[in-house]
Amino acid sequence: MNVLLRNPRREIQMPGPTSVSKLLKQLNIVPESVLVICNDELVTRDAQLRDEDSIEIRPVVSGGA
Amino acid sequence: MKCRRCKSPAVIDVRRHNAAFCKDCFNHHCTEQVRRAIHDFKMLQPEERVLVAVSGGKDSLALWDLLLKAGYQADGLYVGLGIGEYSNESGRFARDFAQSRDLKLIEVDLPQQYGFDIPTGSEAARRAPCSACGLSKRHLFNQAAIDGEYDAVATGHNLDDEAAVLMGNVLRWEEGYLARQYPVLPASEGFAKKVKPLVKLGEREMAAYCVLNGIDYIIEECPMAAGNRHLGYKEILNQLEEQSPGAKTAFLTGFFDRAHQRFADVAVEERQTLQPCAHCDAPTTNDVCAFCRLQVRATGITIGTTS
Repeated sequence: MNVLLRNPRREIQMPGPTSVSKLLKQLNIVPESVLVICNDELVTRDAQLRDEDSIEIRPVVSGGA
Repeated sequence: MKCRRCKSPAVIDVRRHNAAFCKDCFNHHCTEQVRRAIHDFKMLQPEERVLVAVSGGKDSLALWDLLLKAGYQADGLYVGLGIGEYSNESGRFARDFAQSRDLKLIEVDLPQQYGFDIPTGSEAARRAPCSACGLSKRHLFNQAAIDGEYDAVATGHNLDDEAAVLMGNVLRWEEGYLARQYPVLPASEGFAKKVKPLVKLGEREMAAYCVLNGIDYIIEECPMAAGNRHLGYKEILNQLEEQSPGAKTAFLTGFFDRAHQRFADVAVEERQTLQPCAHCDAPTTNDVCAFCRLQVRATGITIGTTS
């Protein structure tokens, strides 16, 4: 599956099927710091992702105070 | 996962509440958390005019949307900070949000009106960019609220922002900052009331709120903020939260409920030393306020607005 990452913006290929939790663990991303969007739909961490899905992992942490 | 309220398929999990929600119930959750924050901290009265400080980011645009849906008369304020394409793009998101809803957006442009931008200003003044940015925004938000006779300035500081600030303040035992860290700061001589209605919502929830409600916001991080201390605190707190959901809420609400009052004396002492800035009349503990000092160092030529 195609996975869009940001800051910096880049795309990578990851094997499916897998769950959101497992994908984030593989990428060493703390789930609390991102949203996962599958085919333009927000998904929870137990959601199953298929090989043909288009995934965006969107960071939510901003630096201003 | 199923929605905690209606049992339909969930789209967002909120671990600190041990809950997941569908879109409609998540919107109810956000609305309710803002209502509770405003009520619990006595932030706003229904008839009060609110100036929402909008950056084009997820938190401030979500806040503006939530306040309008709650029935408040809320206008927006966007401050152009002159941070290259990042500022151009964030301004576009703020303007698009306002135009699409026929809302009033006040704009202040730091380079045009005050003669400096954050990158060059912070370098000239030898301040960290985020420090120069923060003090400029605080000054300009307050000035715009007073000039426009608004009852309050609302900012999009959320649970994560406040927990990270608290962590920094505690690590250095910054008593003055701890005394002022509260979701509502009442109006006083020269100061408009400041409120933070998102203090019970995390930044992941605010990003989800924007995605689910079609609010376009700037996703890219400010280039000046990369690697700053605040982001480091957030990273540590998110790791703690992953191991112990609710840790951030416990840390922050514990401070508000049980510790903040212990710094009240410091706040009183600081207020007693305030006097009008010799140049702009803003309250300051020095002869000249920090914003005017920054402007002098950044421009080297003049003080006060150039337009």
